[in-house]
Amino acid sequence: MIEFHHVAYNYGGGELLTDISLRLAPGSFHFLTGPSGAGKTTFLKLCYGELHPTAGRVTLEDRDMRGFSRDEVAQMRRRVGVVHQDCQFLDHLPLAENVALPLTATGQPRRDDDLEALLSWVGLKPLSGHLPPSLSGGERQRAALARAVITSPDVILADEPTGNLDWEMSLRLLTLLVELNKMGKTILIATHDLNLIRSAKSQVPARVLRIRDRRLQLAGSDL
Amino acid sequence: MNGIARFLMGDTTADRIVPPTGFTARLTTFTAAAMAFLAVFALALSLASGRLAERWSAALAQTATIRISAPSDQMAAQTAKVMAILKETPGVASAQPLTDAQQKKLLEPWFGPDLPLDALPIPRLVDVRETAQGFDAEGLRNRLAASVPGAVLDDHTRWRKPLVAAADRLRLLGLVAILLIAGATAAMITLAANAALAANGQVIRVLRLIGARDRYIARAFVRRFTLRALAGAAIGTVLGMGAVLLLPAQNEAGGFLTGLGFQGLGWAWPLLIPPLAALVSFLATQAAAFHTLRGLS
Ligand SMILES: Nc1ncnc2c1ncn2[C@@H]1O[C@H](COP(=O)(O)OP(=O)(O)OP(=O)(O)O)[C@@H](O)[C@H]1O
Ligand SMILES: [Mg+2]
Repeated sequence: MIEFHHVAYNYGGGELLTDISLRLAPGSFHFLTGPSGAGKTTFLKLCYGELHPTAGRVTLEDRDMRGFSRDEVAQMRRRVGVVHQDCQFLDHLPLAENVALPLTATGQPRRDDDLEALLSWVGLKPLSGHLPPSLSGGERQRAALARAVITSPDVILADEPTGNLDWEMSLRLLTLLVELNKMGKTILIATHDLNLIRSAKSQVPARVLRIRDRRLQLAGSDL
Repeated sequence: MNGIARFLMGDTTADRIVPPTGFTARLTTFTAAAMAFLAVFALALSLASGRLAERWSAALAQTATIRISAPSDQMAAQTAKVMAILKETPGVASAQPLTDAQQKKLLEPWFGPDLPLDALPIPRLVDVRETAQGFDAEGLRNRLAASVPGAVLDDHTRWRKPLVAAADRLRLLGLVAILLIAGATAAMITLAANAALAANGQVIRVLRLIGARDRYIARAFVRRFTLRALAGAAIGTVLGMGAVLLLPAQNEAGGFLTGLGFQGLGWAWPLLIPPLAALVSFLATQAAAFHTLRGLS
């Protein structure tokens, strides 16, 4: 549903990404790897319209995202759950309300038992009344993932969602994403963690993309 | 109306997305209160000068004076001629030459009781009362000039006009002051709203990224500032009205100054100030919020 057509991007200096074409088919599972500074976060921002390509276009269901009105951008983001690398929250609201925010801020009903189940899956139930500034890096990442999936969006984009997590917790989050993928959700995870990729590939047909020399390639055995 | 009610009642979750900001909150409430207080006085000034202008024009419009200067042996004849002309002038309700005693009484405050009125060439005054339609002053003046050269019509317009103009000007100044107060309120609330929006950059970014619409985000800010302005203006208005109430009661000696209060239905006017302040605040915050939001992706 999200498609890149010969996309290039630069922040004003040299070109960071060049001639990228890609289709994130509904129900697909992708990993995105590449050295630090290669442009993974930039690529994800192009996916959900925080950035627009400097050349080429990114489409959502064949519509150029550049042409979206502000309300259409909001509408699009309800269908795309994002875990940011720098997980930001509303620091004055307790964790549970932050996780439920995509529901409350878009006027959707909030089911408290669903919220609790999700919080216990990511191991945050005991912390649900805590304010975000008091959480550890890993706890914030888990909360960000919970927030990204709570509306059951069609697409989930996660930027290093397990960067600060121990292996056991990483697997727990992966299982959640794999289950969502089996329900038909489209998943894209930017990560350096090869073990995580290996573990995922044993459960779902995941493809691995790598940003190299400003271009996107299929990596490893997929090549 | 339904929309306004819903806006005022709000939904508590939408309100909570903006953290409470003690400083800008108090600033807004104080500004609104101070401005409302001033607006009450500007309104009182404007209404009072309006009343004054009306009273002066009404009281003075119905009277005129004819002054006859003539040698004392011709005075009676000329006065009779003037009276005859007045009798035939349409619009004159009654005309009465002042007696010596009355003239003496008029001059007494200036010259004392011992004025030898007979020895002085004092002009004779004729007091003219107009009907509601009034008379044609220019025509009367011409006819007097033709037959009684010593008679001069003073229809008070000469000194009435600047007084009424002054009162009208004062009323205008009051209205301008109210407009300036509204503008200053809008400016200060815009500044406070911009400060709040800037301080909550992260809140706005997060909300945008999870798919909240601009309208939803803006409303949380707008509602807060509108309610603060409403509350502040209500306090300021009540205090202002109280202060006006405590002004000394109207009396003749005080004239304009003691007439500064509200009268009758005039007390309803200041009640418009709080809703107007809320409206000004609503528009100012709305503009500021959408301006900030348009700068974000
Ligand atoms: N707003 C910006 N303005 C200018 N340059 C930027 C901006 N954001 C990122 N960059 C640069 O673009 C390059 C790619 O950044 P990006 O965040 O996409 O990398 P990344 O692949 O996500 O890295 P990491 O693995 O460390 O998260 C970096 O060199 C970075 O310095
Ligand atoms: Mg990154």
